[in-house]
Amino acid sequence: MQVAWDFFQRQILGMAWLNSAIGSGLIGIGLDIAGRIGASIQFFLFDMIKILVLLSVLIFIISYIQSHFPPEKTKKILGRFKGIGANIVSALLGTVTPFCSCSSIPIFIGFTNAGLPVGVTFSFLISSPLVDLGALVLLVSVFGARIAIAYVVMGLVLAVAGGTLIDKLGMEQYVERFNAIKKIATIEVPELKRKDRLLYAKEQTLETVKRVWVYVLVGVGIGALIHNWIPTEWIQLVLGKNNPFSVLIATAVGIPMYADIFGTIPVAEALFFKEVGVGTILSFMMAVTALSLPSMIMLKKVLKTKLLVTFIGIVSVGIIVIGYTFNALGFLFV
Amino acid sequence: MTIKVLGACCRKSKETFENTKLAIQQLGLEATVENIGDMAEIASYGVMTTPALVIDDQVVSFGKFLSKDDAVKIISKIARQ
Repeated sequence: MQVAWDFFQRQILGMAWLNSAIGSGLIGIGLDIAGRIGASIQFFLFDMIKILVLLSVLIFIISYIQSHFPPEKTKKILGRFKGIGANIVSALLGTVTPFCSCSSIPIFIGFTNAGLPVGVTFSFLISSPLVDLGALVLLVSVFGARIAIAYVVMGLVLAVAGGTLIDKLGMEQYVERFNAIKKIATIEVPELKRKDRLLYAKEQTLETVKRVWVYVLVGVGIGALIHNWIPTEWIQLVLGKNNPFSVLIATAVGIPMYADIFGTIPVAEALFFKEVGVGTILSFMMAVTALSLPSMIMLKKVLKTKLLVTFIGIVSVGIIVIGYTFNALGFLFV
Repeated sequence: MTIKVLGACCRKSKETFENTKLAIQQLGLEATVENIGDMAEIASYGVMTTPALVIDDQVVSFGKFLSKDDAVKIISKIARQ
């Protein structure tokens, strides 16, 4: 059983055979893959292809699943839950909901006007970019199942706790009131046939690859740099296990940046290879995806500054805590 | 016929708007086509995923990119009712 799983992880998800094939190909055209340039090219090609292929397959499957969960339907589902249960369901649904920064405002308004507590909406908004089914599978290929599952669980915990905390702090008053909206229509959510779902999945796949490949390219580029060009000592100095500030640095760097989670994976791979702590890497990935300048600008339109700052503060602190915890407990996973 | 295409933030929405205008041209219908970018107005229709198509204040499609042919199909179906 273990052998079968290892095979799956290394060859199917990890595509180790592809790496070998590319390596052989490069040697064939005279490149020295043990040298820096050769190794960089090998890493670059391998990672690019691997991620794009996995990305396409995963997005397709997951979009198919996601076609069952448009936010309009989520709004109705969430109306039936109360208390922390609502936050938990919200965080879970956020995971399976396709996310686009420009949805965040209509979703926020829609949920709030449907009577859902502000915290429940935040649980959704935190988990949506942070935890992604597709990324989960990719994480398994890079870090193994244990770390991947830990990332997802921690992301959900952060989403639920963050949302609940925002409610408990009574932050509802800091949501901009939209006087223009008297009544929000509840639209009929059409039941899709299988053909529609397959079509939707295909559209989402094409559109996501188009949107995301640049991030993957940059991510793989940075990953290659880290892998082969930046001395391990430098990385160790700033982000290594002996630097008590590594999590803080990783988080601080990640927050203003935005990259699709698929773009962060090659960077995470490379950092992992250079023996950066698991917690530090997770913090970086979470900071990049959960918070970003574009989404903060969008949220500024619906939230008063105090709430926005609280939101950013809670998520940041949560990410940092998760980072340090994982660094401390890292030995359990690797 | 008053048609509104909700969503102005990304390429998907803008292209859907253009496709809708082309569809109306192709069908030769009397209709105004507006592109709504204001989030509050979009949300008031109960829509949370753009682009969305609203015909005479009824939401007929949401969360889907529409090609010109998609738009033609949807609009002509409504026009015949």
